[in-house]
Amino acid sequence: MAPAWLALKLAQLVVGVFDGPIRWTTVATFHLFAPIVRRFPGPILIGATIGACLLVWAHALLFSYVDARVLAAAGAKGLSAATPFSHESPSTWGLTPSMIAAALTGAPGASWSGALGYLLWPLQFGIVRDLVGLGALMGLFNLIPMYTIWWERKVAGRIQSRLGPMRVGGWHGWSQSAADGIKLLLKEDLIPADADAILFRLAPYLAIIPSALAFVALPFGNNYVFRELDVALVFTLGVLGIEVVGVILAGWASNNKWSVYGAMREACQMVSYEIPMGMTLLVPVVAVGSLNLAEVVADQSGGWFSWLAFRNPFTFVAFVCYFVASLASCKRAPFDLPEAESELVAGFHTEYSGIRWSFFFFAEYAAMFVVCGLAVILFLGGWNSPLPSSWAEPVSTAFGDGVLGRLMAQGVNGLLIAGPIWFIVKCVFFLYVQIWLRWTLPRIRIDQVLYACVQVMLPLTMLLLLGNTLWVWASTSESGAWATFALVTCWVMGTIGAIFALAFPAIAAYGFYHRRRLVGNLAVDALPGS
Amino acid sequence: MVHELSGGGAAGSAFGAVREPKRSFTGSESIRGTTRSLTVAALMKNANRSLMAAGLIVGTIAVGGAPSLASEAGGANAQTAADVTTAVSGGLMEILLFYFVAAATAVSALGVCISRNIVRMATWLFMALGSVSMLYFMLAANFLGAIQLIVYSGGTLVLLIFGVMLTSKSPWVKFECGTGEMAAAGVVCGALFGCLCSLLTRAVWGGTQQVVAGPELSAIGERLLTVYVVPFEVAGVLLMIVMVGAAHLARQEE
Repeated sequence: MAPAWLALKLAQLVVGVFDGPIRWTTVATFHLFAPIVRRFPGPILIGATIGACLLVWAHALLFSYVDARVLAAAGAKGLSAATPFSHESPSTWGLTPSMIAAALTGAPGASWSGALGYLLWPLQFGIVRDLVGLGALMGLFNLIPMYTIWWERKVAGRIQSRLGPMRVGGWHGWSQSAADGIKLLLKEDLIPADADAILFRLAPYLAIIPSALAFVALPFGNNYVFRELDVALVFTLGVLGIEVVGVILAGWASNNKWSVYGAMREACQMVSYEIPMGMTLLVPVVAVGSLNLAEVVADQSGGWFSWLAFRNPFTFVAFVCYFVASLASCKRAPFDLPEAESELVAGFHTEYSGIRWSFFFFAEYAAMFVVCGLAVILFLGGWNSPLPSSWAEPVSTAFGDGVLGRLMAQGVNGLLIAGPIWFIVKCVFFLYVQIWLRWTLPRIRIDQVLYACVQVMLPLTMLLLLGNTLWVWASTSESGAWATFALVTCWVMGTIGAIFALAFPAIAAYGFYHRRRLVGNLAVDALPGS
Repeated sequence: MVHELSGGGAAGSAFGAVREPKRSFTGSESIRGTTRSLTVAALMKNANRSLMAAGLIVGTIAVGGAPSLASEAGGANAQTAADVTTAVSGGLMEILLFYFVAAATAVSALGVCISRNIVRMATWLFMALGSVSMLYFMLAANFLGAIQLIVYSGGTLVLLIFGVMLTSKSPWVKFECGTGEMAAAGVVCGALFGCLCSLLTRAVWGGTQQVVAGPELSAIGERLLTVYVVPFEVAGVLLMIVMVGAAHLARQEE
């Protein structure tokens, strides 16, 4: 017997002592909470979502509060306030709790200033703030694939006039993905006898780590970013590009005909579509003149008509091109050849099972969110709402100068003018479009994929880049006629975009209103609101 | 019935071993008990794996956080004793990370030489180039690091594809090199090693080097299109010629 096997048995023995109690506790918890969840599923889901948003907001407010207060304490100590105390400076000011408490006297919560001093003390260390940020990133990285997969199954069901997951959790199968996760954890882990075992094990990590790294420099709002890089765009593109290494290695190491075919298709697709994708992203970069994503968003803060997609015809077409190329880079339909079920069994992950298999899906769905995020940041105003930022309530005067007034003004501005919630809503909309396309469009052949890239998209993106550069160059002139022309073009593009944006809910409402004409009775009776 | 385990650790026969579920059925064990123990084993293995992935991700992100740490550790902000302490501790962390990444680079580079399988070689090379980009990030050369990631790690990707295309018919083809090739490689490597050694002995290691922030990105772009425009364009034309030539060679005869 191998020593590892003996160690496993020993561990089982240790776990076995707790096996019964753990099982009883789990069952009791289930019996306690299942009826509540079953009775009030909607309120719980909505409450959890709102609670999570509030938590993030509270966290941001706490940080800004710490910034102000601790900075005051540092100033009292004689430290220079030249280096702002922000998320980007992971050093510490070397303050003691009593110093923070002293700085807090006179603040609204002054009666608790002693306790607050101790509470706020750890937040002056960069590593603590980094850990908080990492926790948020990892949580998001886990939640996005889980709920996108559930959502994809629901949307697929509705498009095909069936129900999708309905049982687990009680309300429209909302915890189906969690149950699937437990199933995948329990699944038998197989490695084919003729596989290259080391590379077979390595491949899922090479797929999942780059897609997690892509979140490092992706900003969700002003200062809602883990590391603000001046080359954030290049960095994100780079890590998204190396995700495919995991897919190729997985296909090759499986030593399976279908896996290798899937991997080679993915490689062809990826290597060719990376070029139009990068070049379309250059169009907004040239228009703004910066690779820093925060600066690109700040340039679009003037409301709907200042979003980069509507700035000139070239950026508008570039946005469409980018979206198509990003579908190909995430291997989404109609470019899902690497995992074409009807041709290649399951493509590159045919031989994978259990948690390794799910790593590929985590990578894919997280990368979907990241490419949508890049599209939103570079073309559609990022975290700006359609209202111009000059309409924002002045923080100190709108609702009074007190703490409550400031909070209210910040909340109103965050909801109406610019805030992470807008970024997430836009990203989720484009995630929905990706899902919708997958269940609508047929898969195209690999030669058509490559033809579309090399002979259609590549020349088109070159023309777009050239045209946009000329447009930017012309805009530097002082000519009044050109300024009028540019303004009119911008308004025309913006109106076209607005028509698209308004047509979507209108058509959806029409379909919902006439749903009984479209589908059979089975699905209709379970639709919400019917 | 005792199921013979297929042995063969991870280091031994790399692709020979069947990773069967490790069963040992005995007569007395009930089916239910066996299922449960198998389930527990699978759960533990898989949970272990996801923990490992989480650890790897957190570690990599932590390394990604190093540049700002490095730039902060410079003496510019050190005004008080507390700040100096921070700078030193930041420096220590940076040094540890540097040794870790440097070791990863060296091991991966060695792996490229030692492995005989072309896909494994390309994987090692991918890791070596990725570690080098991490070194760039640690030196606050963000642009260089990102470009290294795109150009070199992306280039290794193409190499990987070629490896897969070359070996997908006969999966475990081994590469052997002749004596002449070994001798030539040895001469080149020895010359390079000698040069590096002489450089190292002549270098001036001036105390504590301060980390300076990388140049502004716009400055790089401006230089490329003004001062260095001729080499930049020449390199572009050269790449264009290479691409046209490759396309011509790859064309089928008509």
